[in-house]
Amino acid sequence: MRVDDLRDILSLQVLTEGIPLDAEVRGGYVSDLLSDVMANAKEGDIWITLQTHLNIVAVATMKGIAGIIIVNGRRPDEETLKKASEEGIPILSTKETAFVVAGKLYKALNVKEI
Amino acid sequence: MHIKDTIEGSFHIVGGDFSRAGEASTEIKSILQSLGFNKEIVRRAAIATFEAEMNIIIYTTAGILRYEITPERIKIIAQDMGPGIEDIELAMQEGYSTAPDWVREMGWGSGMGLPNMKKNSDEFRIDSVVGEGTTVEMVIYLDNTKD
Ligand SMILES: Nc1ncnc2c1ncn2[C@@H]1O[C@H](COP(=O)(O)OP(=O)(O)O)[C@@H](O)[C@H]1O
Ligand SMILES: [Mg+2]
Repeated sequence: MRVDDLRDILSLQVLTEGIPLDAEVRGGYVSDLLSDVMANAKEGDIWITLQTHLNIVAVATMKGIAGIIIVNGRRPDEETLKKASEEGIPILSTKETAFVVAGKLYKALNVKEI
Repeated sequence: MHIKDTIEGSFHIVGGDFSRAGEASTEIKSILQSLGFNKEIVRRAAIATFEAEMNIIIYTTAGILRYEITPERIKIIAQDMGPGIEDIELAMQEGYSTAPDWVREMGWGSGMGLPNMKKNSDEFRIDSVVGEGTTVEMVIYLDNTKD
């Protein structure tokens, strides 16, 4: 499953421009605490969060995150999107909650893997 | 991959500059990857280094992040000219944080930084003098861990 597959399945809006959405998604992690993501997210995870600050890009880059999904219709700062474009981290958004997004993601990944 | 000599370098970290957060530690991670260390070693070093860099940015005016790699170990030293830590034992507790609200709103300040640095190091030392600064030294052993 790739980031663009998830975009279609979850009807996500892509906020970063010009970044390829072909990264392979291996799993997901849901957290709004950056140290928690640093410690526990895995390479290739999709990160589901309501954080919008610039530093989510630094954490995602460091961890090799496949993409960030910002929930609850939150809008990241312009500088966050700029940084994400520089680092090649796709940021997508949805009006849905982390619970709903995580549920759909879990289902989507499992269906593919079985 | 085999290292014969010591490989070292350092980065200046400017306190309060959140826009450059993670730059130094991401660079150090790339160096470790290019040296061919296995993923687990790189992962542990990355977590520890990133958290050390963040603490300099969040709590101090300036600091230096140094790395030193020998055939036996990776050593990361984070030295700052910050306010120092009054009660190190308290600061080391998971969940303890003095980060102000605006820093917490960004997702920092969960009090996991120092515990995660310790967890991911084989040796962990912290020295702090109130009013002078803090030095954190972390060592990760490399025995049998090279690809
Ligand atoms: N370099 C430092 N200089 C001054 N105080 C520090 C430093 N590093 C950590 N501290 C203190 O220790 C506390 C715990 O640090 P840490 O475990 O990294 O969690 P957090 O950064 O999330 O608060 C901080 O809230 C701060 O009070
Ligand atoms: Mg910290």
